[in-house]
Amino acid sequence: MKKFLTSVFVVAISTPLWSQVDSTLFRRVNKDTSKLLLNMDAVYNRPFLSVGKTPVALGGYVEANWQHLGTDGLTEGHQFQMKRLTLFVASSISRRIKFLSEIEFEGGTKEINIEFASIDFEFHPLLNFRGGVVMNPIGAFNQNHDGPKWEFIDRPTSATQMLPATWSNVGFGIYGKKYRKNWAYAYELYLTNGFDDQIISNAQNKTYLPATKLNRDRFEESFNGEPLITAKIALRNKKVGELGVSYMGGVYNKFQMDGFTLDKKRRVDVWALDFNTVLSFSKTYLVGEWAFVNVDVPDTYTQQYGNRQSGGFLDVVQPVIKKDIFGFQKSVVNVVCRFEYVDWNVGKFKETDGNMSEDFVSVVPGISWRPTPLTVLRLNYRYNWTTDILGNPPSKTAGFQFGFSSYF
Amino acid sequence: MKKICPILLISIVSLFCMLSCETFEPVAVDDSALLDGPVADLSAAEHIQFLKGDASFNNQVFSSSNGLGPLFVSTSCGSCHLGDGKGHPFTTLTRFGQTNETGNQFLKLGGPQLQHRSIPGFTPEQIPAGATFSKFMPPANTGLGFLDAVSDSDILLFADPDDLNGDGISGVPNWVELKAYVMPRDGSVAQNGKYIGRFGKKAATYNLLQQTAQAYNQDIGITSTFEPTDTYSGVEIDPEISNQEIQDVVFYLKTLKAPIPRQADSDVLSGKQLFLNVGCGGCHRPEMKTASTTIQSLSNKVFYPYTDLLLHDMGSGLDDGYTEGSAKTSEWRTPPLWGLGLSKNSQGGEYFLLHDGRAKSIEEAISLHGGEGTKSKESFELLSTEERRKLISFLESL
Repeated sequence: MKKFLTSVFVVAISTPLWSQVDSTLFRRVNKDTSKLLLNMDAVYNRPFLSVGKTPVALGGYVEANWQHLGTDGLTEGHQFQMKRLTLFVASSISRRIKFLSEIEFEGGTKEINIEFASIDFEFHPLLNFRGGVVMNPIGAFNQNHDGPKWEFIDRPTSATQMLPATWSNVGFGIYGKKYRKNWAYAYELYLTNGFDDQIISNAQNKTYLPATKLNRDRFEESFNGEPLITAKIALRNKKVGELGVSYMGGVYNKFQMDGFTLDKKRRVDVWALDFNTVLSFSKTYLVGEWAFVNVDVPDTYTQQYGNRQSGGFLDVVQPVIKKDIFGFQKSVVNVVCRFEYVDWNVGKFKETDGNMSEDFVSVVPGISWRPTPLTVLRLNYRYNWTTDILGNPPSKTAGFQFGFSSYF
Repeated sequence: MKKICPILLISIVSLFCMLSCETFEPVAVDDSALLDGPVADLSAAEHIQFLKGDASFNNQVFSSSNGLGPLFVSTSCGSCHLGDGKGHPFTTLTRFGQTNETGNQFLKLGGPQLQHRSIPGFTPEQIPAGATFSKFMPPANTGLGFLDAVSDSDILLFADPDDLNGDGISGVPNWVELKAYVMPRDGSVAQNGKYIGRFGKKAATYNLLQQTAQAYNQDIGITSTFEPTDTYSGVEIDPEISNQEIQDVVFYLKTLKAPIPRQADSDVLSGKQLFLNVGCGGCHRPEMKTASTTIQSLSNKVFYPYTDLLLHDMGSGLDDGYTEGSAKTSEWRTPPLWGLGLSKNSQGGEYFLLHDGRAKSIEEAISLHGGEGTKSKESFELLSTEERRKLISFLESL
């Protein structure tokens, strides 16, 4: 109790003290740009602020927007949304031991998630240990998802709804990198808690990996005692770009309870391919990701829950203006377009041998303005086509979105 | 000035987008091309209940966490009636175990409905040895409130059990026993304690409350105070859905609009005359009227469903050896033809017609008519190609 009261006192008096700190003492932590950076570096490749010579650095980003979307002639009108507020805290415990945490508030306070909270030990550039709440390196978006890095207000559907970005779990693993001339090679391998049977039993009425995120116990216990394996290899060439191949798989169902066998072990397996590059002749930035999901759904269940899914996105970002605007030096205006596709249910109906549809297609052209590299204002026009499982005429959604995202 | 231009331009574009945003959004599909949507002139309170029922019917998905199964056919109402239209072989259900009016002999073995799917860990039902069965394609939901509001006396006016008019058509009602929770309508006609059923392939369901409560129970495995028996264990369990939610869905089904006929050109009008000339209208009666009901929008209305709500012998080709209520195995209720032309929009771009979806076109459906429909089928086949095209155009305009 004494310790607790002391802690409360220290926190209480430190808050006003910090508020009186001269802001000039805050300094930006310079990013290490001497080496080729990969998607796996994204969690530490963020702008942090540190105070004086303290070993703790703080950061975060905020995203908000307005939108007016209509679906088949119906609209909910003007919507102002506080998409997310994310806070990072990083600290160097020693030269080769560091800690980073990321806490995200989504939709106001509708969702509060620990997205990342892990300690990294560097034994050798090719052998680092990471443990805690880690972001499973499936695809690229899951690790590199900060709003200010993207030119679009919405996150890619394939990355956030087919793959469950942001997807983090308790576990540990190893990673390493090697640099050779213009090349960087990297690997990651983690064992974490995994999915549960909500992926085929949920309110979405389709196989839906993010449904597992509703399980509030997943940060303290595994649903079935089986680890989820996530592995990724990536390579980057200074002139060409980055290519990553990743895999995530494990048992998702509760196959036994109190020693009784309930079912066979049923697996979910995900493969993803990601890339990014800048076309040298036009400075066009391309980034994309494609993933395949395989789920062992019982034959006696309903085909409403598909055993195969695939989908991905491609972003095209073309800088068109790079100059001082309103005193913002070297600010950049981009013309952008995103293409998205998800087939939620790959396969054929048992009854007719006809194709199961349940597709999502989206095209999102837009304009973005980056007054600084850390801040982006975005104007998007979204057009979606959503087809039901039978392939009936699609429901169409479209409209404008305007918003900003900025590190702070 | 040069520096300001791009941003000024973006600002103007943004402002323009904000002010005129609806111009760039998808327009509503014409009402006549949709089966869903409410009847005209509902009050604000009725609209609210309609929307609640709509949400329950189309958006609520059942999973193991909120009562699905453990044995089931589908996971939501909307899964079987996408866009409130007809179903697909994927959503077809199977009934088994009754061969005559003495009742279902397989109730203790899972009858009358087969739950052919199950949540993980459970084994779905199989059709018991010796049981005959029939597959039922989910029907469209449109205009059900109008059919519900027709008086028994009007239905009986269409009946001609002894074919006194000699047209070869002898429609009869399906006399069914009422479930304890089903209250007869005002002015209902009873016969030996049984009442006239009017919903379902065999017209074995009395009203939309019974239809809804049974569908939740038999199709999704959801118990209610109306249908409290769990289809897996056979014992009564706590309700898994509230009475209010069921009543909201009943109200939604009652107040779905009647399909709006389309494309009334000369071909369609000629086709309608041919339809009547070949005798289709003997069973698929064009016009009905509602009695007074508590929902003003449905009261005393003339409507055009192309059914008589009666049972007709459709011949051995459509006799699956299964029945319900007092219907014979070869007897089927005349399905309403309204909305027929929009069926493809809910069946994945194809037709799956007749009670089990075996007909892949309107022509095939006509050619499979037997029994009381034989005469009309033969008359249709004697029409010229052009005349048949016009008749089909008429049916597709409904």
